[in-house]
Amino acid sequence: MSAWSVTEPSARSKGIAAVLVILYTVITLLPLVWIIATGFKTGPDSISYPPKVIFQPSLEGYVNLFTDRTRATPEQLAAMPPPENFVDEIVQRRGEVITQPSKFGARFLNSVIIGFGSTFLSIFLGTLAAYAFSRFRVPLKDDLLFFILSTRMMPPIAVAIPIFLMFRQLGLSDTHLGMILLYTGVNISLAVWLLKGFIDEIPREYEEAALIDGYTRLQAFRKVVLPQAATGIASTAIFCLIFAWNEYAFAFLLTSGTAQTAPPFIPTIFGVGGKDWPAVAAGATLFLLPVMIFTILLRKHLLRGITFGAVRK
Amino acid sequence: MAEVVLDGLSKAFGKTQALQGVSMTIPDGAFVVLLGPTGAGKTTTLRLISGLDAPDAGDVRIGGASVLADTPAQRDVAMVFQQYSLYPHLSVRDNLAFPLRSPILNWPEPQIAARVQDVAQVLRIAHKLDNKATRLSGGEMQRVSIGRALVRSPRIFLMDEPLSSLDAKLRAELRVELKRIHTDLGATFLYVTHDQIEAMTMASHVGVLDCGRLVQFGAPREIYENPVSTYVATRLGQPRINLLPAGLFPGAPRGATQIGLRPEHIRQGEGQAATVRRIEHLGDQTRLHLTLAGHGLITLTDAHSPLGPGDTLAIRPENPLWFDAGGIRVI
Repeated sequence: MSAWSVTEPSARSKGIAAVLVILYTVITLLPLVWIIATGFKTGPDSISYPPKVIFQPSLEGYVNLFTDRTRATPEQLAAMPPPENFVDEIVQRRGEVITQPSKFGARFLNSVIIGFGSTFLSIFLGTLAAYAFSRFRVPLKDDLLFFILSTRMMPPIAVAIPIFLMFRQLGLSDTHLGMILLYTGVNISLAVWLLKGFIDEIPREYEEAALIDGYTRLQAFRKVVLPQAATGIASTAIFCLIFAWNEYAFAFLLTSGTAQTAPPFIPTIFGVGGKDWPAVAAGATLFLLPVMIFTILLRKHLLRGITFGAVRK
Repeated sequence: MAEVVLDGLSKAFGKTQALQGVSMTIPDGAFVVLLGPTGAGKTTTLRLISGLDAPDAGDVRIGGASVLADTPAQRDVAMVFQQYSLYPHLSVRDNLAFPLRSPILNWPEPQIAARVQDVAQVLRIAHKLDNKATRLSGGEMQRVSIGRALVRSPRIFLMDEPLSSLDAKLRAELRVELKRIHTDLGATFLYVTHDQIEAMTMASHVGVLDCGRLVQFGAPREIYENPVSTYVATRLGQPRINLLPAGLFPGAPRGATQIGLRPEHIRQGEGQAATVRRIEHLGDQTRLHLTLAGHGLITLTDAHSPLGPGDTLAIRPENPLWFDAGGIRVI
């Protein structure tokens, strides 16, 4: 017997692996940490040079993110009642008054509606199409599948101008429906192909057993195929959501008001006299949360989705 | 409970003709075993009856009425698949309850619970009811899938080699159990197997399929004693029937080119001299490998036989089966 083993890595390679993983983690997390930290800095701290790593945390960025303010004269300030809450206190300390709530809440809500709406629609249509492609004799199946895939062979933004014109003609510019349809159109090819792979892996015998057990095809699909495709659906949903959530170019081009999503809105946040970096960072931090939560909730499925089909059950 | 009539069933998958003009009448309450090698059309026959596939030609009648237009659910049949038959996302209990919860039956839950418990008891899987279906051994999975057929009382049970993945002991137990269930329920069974013991002990009728055609249909003894061809004759019998040139023995009828000898067709101690090559003690039987004029044959002998390799033994055919050049029975 020797200490050497084929399956167990040596202490040295484990050590190297650990260093590499830590290095990678630091590199990926550093920008994230910087954004989150900036969100809690004051305006001067956020642009100080050399950058401040240790600083007095402040909610100024978040207050600015959610409010529109204007500078007040000393007389106005003196006439104001003492601040009732921390928001008023922060604003008054800087000699400002709140004029109205900012548009961030509405823009964020637009992102949620459009992101999750298009993800749901992509998954709904994608699952049905993938099932049909996987199980039925569809005429021109291979050509159709190739056609669906071919929509991803160029960057979507390459067709921005035709889409812009179409949307204007159809009255879809700056509407939730328009953005949901657009993101669904981009995501559906990915959804169909990914989901078809997952459904192909589910043996037909399960559905056949259900058909004989007294169920219709649609019921068998719902009771037998869907639960087993849950893994694939979850991982596909994450990919769709990440695209729709982060999409910037189309959102910038096609939305300006009612349906504007958070990505084009966040960089336009200006404070009184200059870019309000803490508010921008606060917006970016909040913007990260939904996808993060969604991914964490589905991570069990995601991991299983990656190894799906590799292990015979 | 119903009579099943197959009338000229044909089915092709692409260029492969899986079934060709298969007709048979399965009486109510019969236990029909389909025999044949892989690709003979056994599973296709079950799939056409269940409605999972539609025939290219021919008709399937259950209880006197054609069911071709019916969905599998409407045909009221149960099927046990060879593999992959349990729903992996459900527990054993939910697997067994699945047919009872279908929109067609839709039993009340307390009744389902009782029925599932009963069936689990019979198949000895009651202690596994709360397990995930994928956390079972192969034998347990197969018992659950048999159980899923047994929970309801369908008109026909279709079973596609249900015991093939079980070990010998369990297979013997379940064979008796299935036969008992058949007797108790009086249901019609259609059963596909490779195993001749299953065929001989369970079947009331045996159908032998060859390349999509039904070559013989009858009682197991009938198939064993009166095969219509060498193909059918080799399906049943352990050891297999010996097929030798007809000229080796006197008395060949006109047209016969092969003689078929089962062990009981070989009278020992008189006739032509054969040489003993080997003796195999299998426990329940003792096989004697002989050489006669350069042809090997296998027969049975007494467990305490004094014969050994190199000894000479006289043998004579007794009521043998004769076949022509095409393998068709002459007498």
